[in-house]
Amino acid sequence: MDILGQLLVSGIAVGGVYALIALGFVIIYKATSIINFATGEFMMIGAYLLYTFMVMTGLPAIPAFLLVMAGAALLGMLVERAILRHMLGQPTISIVMVTIGLSSILMGLAELIWSTGFKNFPPLFPRAPIIVGDIIIRSNLFWGFVIAMAAVIVFALIFKYAKVGVAMRATADDQMAAFSMGINVRNIFTLAWSLGAIAAALGGVIIGNIGGIQPTLGHIGLTIFPVVILGGLDSIGGAVIGGFIVGIVENVAGGYLDPIVGGGVKAIAPFVVLVLILLFRPYGLFGKEDIERL
Amino acid sequence: MNILSVENLSLSFGGLAALTDITFQVRAGEIFSIIGPNGAGKTSILNCIGGFYKPQQGRITLDGKDVTKTSPDRRAAMGLARTFQNIALFRGMTVLDNIKLGAHARLKTSLLQALLYWGPAHAEEMALREDVEKDVIDFLEIEPIRKLPVGALAYGLQKRVELARALAMRPKVLLMDEPVAGMNAEETEDMARFVLDIKEERGGTIVLIEHDMDVIMDISDRVMVLNFGHKIAEGTPEEIQHHPEVIKAYLGEKKN
Amino acid sequence: MRVGDFKESYAADEAVFRTSTARFWLGVFLVALAVFPFVAGDYLLYMANLTGVAIVAAVGLNILTGAAGQISLGHAAFVGIGAYTSAILVTRLGLPFLLCLPLSGLAAAFFGVIVGAPSMRMKGLYLCIATLAAQVIFEFIFVHWVPVTGGIRGINVPAATVFGLQLDTEFKFYFVTIPIVILVVTAARNLFRTRVGRAFIAIRDRDISAELMGINLFQYKLYAFATSSFFAGVAGCLNVFLLKVVTPEHFPLHESVRYLAMIIVGGLGSVLGSIFGAIFMTMVPEALQSLLNLFQGLDPAVMEYLFPLQTVIFGLLIVVFLVFEPQGLAEIWRRVKDYFRLWPFEH
Repeated sequence: MDILGQLLVSGIAVGGVYALIALGFVIIYKATSIINFATGEFMMIGAYLLYTFMVMTGLPAIPAFLLVMAGAALLGMLVERAILRHMLGQPTISIVMVTIGLSSILMGLAELIWSTGFKNFPPLFPRAPIIVGDIIIRSNLFWGFVIAMAAVIVFALIFKYAKVGVAMRATADDQMAAFSMGINVRNIFTLAWSLGAIAAALGGVIIGNIGGIQPTLGHIGLTIFPVVILGGLDSIGGAVIGGFIVGIVENVAGGYLDPIVGGGVKAIAPFVVLVLILLFRPYGLFGKEDIERL
Repeated sequence: MNILSVENLSLSFGGLAALTDITFQVRAGEIFSIIGPNGAGKTSILNCIGGFYKPQQGRITLDGKDVTKTSPDRRAAMGLARTFQNIALFRGMTVLDNIKLGAHARLKTSLLQALLYWGPAHAEEMALREDVEKDVIDFLEIEPIRKLPVGALAYGLQKRVELARALAMRPKVLLMDEPVAGMNAEETEDMARFVLDIKEERGGTIVLIEHDMDVIMDISDRVMVLNFGHKIAEGTPEEIQHHPEVIKAYLGEKKN
Repeated sequence: MRVGDFKESYAADEAVFRTSTARFWLGVFLVALAVFPFVAGDYLLYMANLTGVAIVAAVGLNILTGAAGQISLGHAAFVGIGAYTSAILVTRLGLPFLLCLPLSGLAAAFFGVIVGAPSMRMKGLYLCIATLAAQVIFEFIFVHWVPVTGGIRGINVPAATVFGLQLDTEFKFYFVTIPIVILVVTAARNLFRTRVGRAFIAIRDRDISAELMGINLFQYKLYAFATSSFFAGVAGCLNVFLLKVVTPEHFPLHESVRYLAMIIVGGLGSVLGSIFGAIFMTMVPEALQSLLNLFQGLDPAVMEYLFPLQTVIFGLLIVVFLVFEPQGLAEIWRRVKDYFRLWPFEH
């Protein structure tokens, strides 16, 4: 029983981070209808930026954190202005591929700038593990979860109540209508990309702090697809719930099945669940089905 | 003889009634028009006949066979063709290929034959080319544009190509959704002539939705009038023009 | 300058190579293909074989994604299924190469149909992610089903034998690759001369009106998946006998992305584009390597930048083509041809 408890707790902790990254993904999707295959690379860049600011320039953690967020926002803006703005109205395949191309560019650049070697963060949090009953939580995981949840709440509040958030939701609902109401749709796109990049970068920092950083850190970004599909691509609440489901599923399945099949279960369990759900609910658990017209 | 019959058709979207208890029959070889104000449910009727919308109630019979539960592609194969209010051509293909696509359901080439091409597929394609040239392209006078991509064509010509694609299906019933909308006077006249020719030279049956009352009154054999999803009148153009309910629907309630 | 495109019959007008000039250049090209192995060295022949395999796979993907509009992130997995099928058939049952070829295609097509079946209910992005799931799951099976796939060490296969002749050199293998490429390209081209190919494009352009025109969407989407993965399976078989080994490393997600990049750069939905794209995307990394070799004298560490640079350039190619030349190399080729058609009276 305590093994299961341990796995559940790790699952929830990791799930919280997934929820944050998925949230960034969904913000971009809702505002622009683009699914960002470079989410993982945004994470990776975020982690490297923090490493650069803390280790290479010796800034303390909090200013470094703020600079990472600023850097991510800038990256998101740049990507939207330089690339995605030119892709308006293109077929789905082209938009999917352009973000895949982007992910390749970012990964190659990271290898050129920071080399392919493995790097560790300086300790950000107190080392002592958190102990609840007989369950032990690594401090990195615990504090990562706390930060992720705080960020999720902030993002959700922005989206729900702030003026820009309302404008973003309006744009997501009906671009033409939002445009005619005086909302600057293009600025909303840029803003969505910036927010999405910040969420991903924060997630990347947390993941990098747990497991160290490498240019291939972005591969974790693939796990975001089961998360957002489970939640339905356009549901913020769904993304958060999907994050927890995937975190728990991969940890529990990995914990029990890895010894039997010899590893790798963690990576595919979410995809197996994804396939099963898509078979029965082709628009995810919380997604909307489009009504089509002629 | 009735070639298309719709009985007690009702359609709603999440409790919002789009069509209520619509019944009508279309006779072979006539032009049957459906008119009504915007939002009256005209296009919804075509969508139900074509099988794109699933009505909650009612029965649709095509050439004596109940097709209420039949899939849209089967209905097309049984002889139901359609043109669309907002042009729905396949933009990645030439005019010729769009027209050939209309013949899809009556062709036989299988996947394997298609990959091999030589033999049955080749023979079928050659026969098809001759067929659409003589039967459709010639008839609609679109020879000069047959090799162009449809996206390059003017609006009026696109509408004509759409009609060509529908004719290539050799339909028993042709559903036309606003064929002259947005056309200039000359294009409108051409289109009206083609629709009449389809009926008179080829014995075709046409169900027509149109807002242009001159065209409707000129070429229709019978007209049905809808308002807010209800059928309010049916008759010859003459009768419809003097029908009190119709005048009310179009001009609004008269205060006495 | 060529003038006067007048045809006496519809058959002549429907031919693939419609002018005598086109047929002449096709002839020249085929002769060049036949002469090439006698003048090229082993390295060039190896590249030619590798490119041939890529063309077969890319043509397959372009049928599914380019023409029928169903995005697949799992194409490499189907190439892998073909490769493992061949490796198992030849090592366990000793089947001859020429039998492995179609059987690998059929095995891949079988799984293609299974993966494609939910496409009736899923559209666009959801389908795209479902194929991503297929890629991840098949990759897992390749690695972990050790008794069948040999795990990460994979399966070694002997050289292919055709009519008693061992294809143990690049030179000999070339004479298998090229005819198969020609067959596959011809078959794909044929497809788009018939109702099947037209139906694919119609589904991509407007699926609802395609259905109202009498196309059974489910049937034709499955056709697209089956054809596409059949070609992938054939490419997999060629790949195994070319490399004499199959391991999971040959079919990662990145490989699926590489096939997508080929059809984007070459031209979506164009058979010719698949060929251009496959050649281009196979040659660019090699060209880059040769370029860096030139600078190695100045700084020996320059080769360290090879892989990161390849990654960046790969991404840049995709992005630049999508933004500036979305119709790909096939469109550039068409413009070049048009220029010469009227040359020297281009204005």
